[in-house]
Amino acid sequence: MRDRTGIVLGLGAVLAVAAFPLWNALGSKAERARPNLERAVEGPECVEDTLYMTAHHQDLLNEWRTAVVRTGERYYTSSSGKRYEMSLTGTCMKCHVNSGAFCERCHEYADVTLTCWRCHVAPEGS
Amino acid sequence: MDESRRRFLKSLGSVAMGAGCGLPLLDSARWLARPAAVPAAPTQWAMVIDLAKCSREDVQRACTEACRREHNVPSIPDPAEHIDWIWSEHYEHVFPDEVHAHMAEDVRQIPVLVLCNHCTDPPCVKVCPTQATWKRESDGIVMMDMHRCIGCRYCMAACPYGSRSFNWRDPRPYVERDAQGKPASDYPTRTAGVVEKCTFCAERIRTGRQPACVEAANQLPGGEGALTFGDVTDPDSDVSRLLRDENTICRKIGLGTGPNVYYIVPPSLAAIAHGGEA
Amino acid sequence: MLQNAFRGGRGYWALLGGWAILIALGTVAYGHQLTQGLTITGMSRDVSWGLYISQFTFLVGVAASAVMVVLPYYLHNYKAFGRMVILGEFLAVSAVLMCMLFVFVDMGQPARVMNVLLHPSPHSVMFWDFMVLTGYLALNLVIGSVTIEAERKEAPPPRWVRPLIYLSIPWAVSIHTVTAFLYAGLAARPFWMTAILAPRFLASAFASGPSLLILLALLVRRFGKFDAGREAVRALSTIVTYAMAINLFFVLVEVFTALYSGMPDHVRSFSYLFLGLDGHNALTPWTWVGEALAVACAILLLIPTVRHQERYLALLCGGVIAAIWIEKGMALIVTGFIPSPLEHITEYAPTLPEVAITVGVYAVGGLVLTTLYKIVLTVRERVQLA
Repeated sequence: MRDRTGIVLGLGAVLAVAAFPLWNALGSKAERARPNLERAVEGPECVEDTLYMTAHHQDLLNEWRTAVVRTGERYYTSSSGKRYEMSLTGTCMKCHVNSGAFCERCHEYADVTLTCWRCHVAPEGS
Repeated sequence: MDESRRRFLKSLGSVAMGAGCGLPLLDSARWLARPAAVPAAPTQWAMVIDLAKCSREDVQRACTEACRREHNVPSIPDPAEHIDWIWSEHYEHVFPDEVHAHMAEDVRQIPVLVLCNHCTDPPCVKVCPTQATWKRESDGIVMMDMHRCIGCRYCMAACPYGSRSFNWRDPRPYVERDAQGKPASDYPTRTAGVVEKCTFCAERIRTGRQPACVEAANQLPGGEGALTFGDVTDPDSDVSRLLRDENTICRKIGLGTGPNVYYIVPPSLAAIAHGGEA
Repeated sequence: MLQNAFRGGRGYWALLGGWAILIALGTVAYGHQLTQGLTITGMSRDVSWGLYISQFTFLVGVAASAVMVVLPYYLHNYKAFGRMVILGEFLAVSAVLMCMLFVFVDMGQPARVMNVLLHPSPHSVMFWDFMVLTGYLALNLVIGSVTIEAERKEAPPPRWVRPLIYLSIPWAVSIHTVTAFLYAGLAARPFWMTAILAPRFLASAFASGPSLLILLALLVRRFGKFDAGREAVRALSTIVTYAMAINLFFVLVEVFTALYSGMPDHVRSFSYLFLGLDGHNALTPWTWVGEALAVACAILLLIPTVRHQERYLALLCGGVIAAIWIEKGMALIVTGFIPSPLEHITEYAPTLPEVAITVGVYAVGGLVLTTLYKIVLTVRERVQLA
């Protein structure tokens, strides 16, 4: 093949670019063990159980946003039957009082950019 | 390139484009098939503004400040980039059809509080390409969804009352903070690139409270009744009573938007010029 | 096919390089706009649309004008337009692309642009504008590439492209009508809310678009050895003449309605344009120059001996484009916001970053146009050699 060198070099470049997330994170802060999250200040439990919230908290927040902003609803009934006011600042952050020690730590580990606090007011002490 | 290879790549491209265009349109199909919304109780929130009482400087200041603090509305120094939810304008600009050549200058300049009228047939809702602003069926509030707004500013072009403001820059540095650097309230500040306006304090209404401006005016000595807020579809509400008993006008009523902010005209405008009460 | 775009002489690559530099400058400016917000533009609470949307409005007209070559050639077998059609179609592609880019750079939250598709709003004219512009872009891309490929193979184009071509004719009219409806349905803006806005848009489009096409045809004849034909240029010049005359008539009709009725809502905007309002007269010099140019070009174009000389025709076409650019690209949008709904006057002037981004978008259009035209030129060259 005439173009063998060019093809191999090109493939190499493409693979290097595709693997960027892997080698970029090497040795960075986030490459530690699972982060130690400062949990809730008060309250025995969260709106839903930990496993569910870890996977679906953003879906829940989106659901709350649609219900509050678009439909004008107020309360959410959890799977355990308890009623909560649908509010990020008013409900979630009343227990998870430090968004830096809670939200930020896990999001940094998972490398997912947090945009909430650009608009929503982070609780004091964050 | 070989002909069959070109054909393969072209069809690959078409399939990818089709999927890319088709997937969001699937969501649109879901939207079309949505069940018809049934309002729980058809409410239409409305406000009645007493021109006489609201021409007072202390009432104006209390209302505008209360709104600004309640919603972390930024104070942008450049007047071209002002963000105002409720503010004051001269009578002649608010009601141009009520002004004639022989009206006194001080009458023309009576300060009038203006805000979003939460119209019955809002042109801003008509033009919004994403329904980031829409008329809520449950309570008739023309609401803003800050998460969905793409910042096209079509609503600003469509509003006949100039009620809408755009965030030309990041508002955070311009939000009033206390000595500890905390913003005045927990209400989310907005971000650059979205439009905002008065939302009739939707977040206060759902907890049974009055809008911030109404509450602030009522707390002022002599300010009770400067702003009245209520359900205009309820014949026994305060606003319905006022609309029956008083002489009220609306802004640009000829445009057919059906504004839900009404102004009580005093028997004599001249008497309230200079910021005095009738 | 596309490899034809990579084969070119020094002049071609220099031109592409020039576009690339302007695109780079525009991109840097756009980066500033993304980080700092639209505050870097000259827009304000009162004048919330400016240079970007006005360029979009002007270019939708240029895009729609392709119908002025497509219709005679495909519907009425006007053979003289045989080589002009492809130039018109590719000009439409470049113009629509620029339109969409101008809307994109005007958005405050461009990352959310997909919301228009995720939350379709058939009550919004902007939703429909998005749909018809995308459709028109796709139509012209497909039609253009299929016909040029057919020419390369020296065979007639496939039969399935015919209905697409017929579809592109009303579609072209629709894109500019829908754009006019963006403005003409707003009760809040008496300057825009006139039934004649859509016809005005079409008339000015059919004057400015073919003018640009004439200039491009002359350019590719001079520099690219591609002759679209003297009769084609002549026919286009006739179209420009009539469209310009009709456009002027529409402007006079508007001026009459506003001034004779004397209604302040209508008079004020025209006062602002021609005389200034309450001491604000940033647009008056532009207005007078634009109208003078429009009248002069319209009259001169009516004279056959002038119109038939290509050197004068080129100048007049430039004048027509400038006049209509001033009318649509400057006067129309900004004046709609003056005075504001609360009767205040805030004037508008674009800032340097805003102009840089605008020039960058035009350069993208220029790059696309150069590339597409290069393909056309190369294909023709090879067919002629064969």
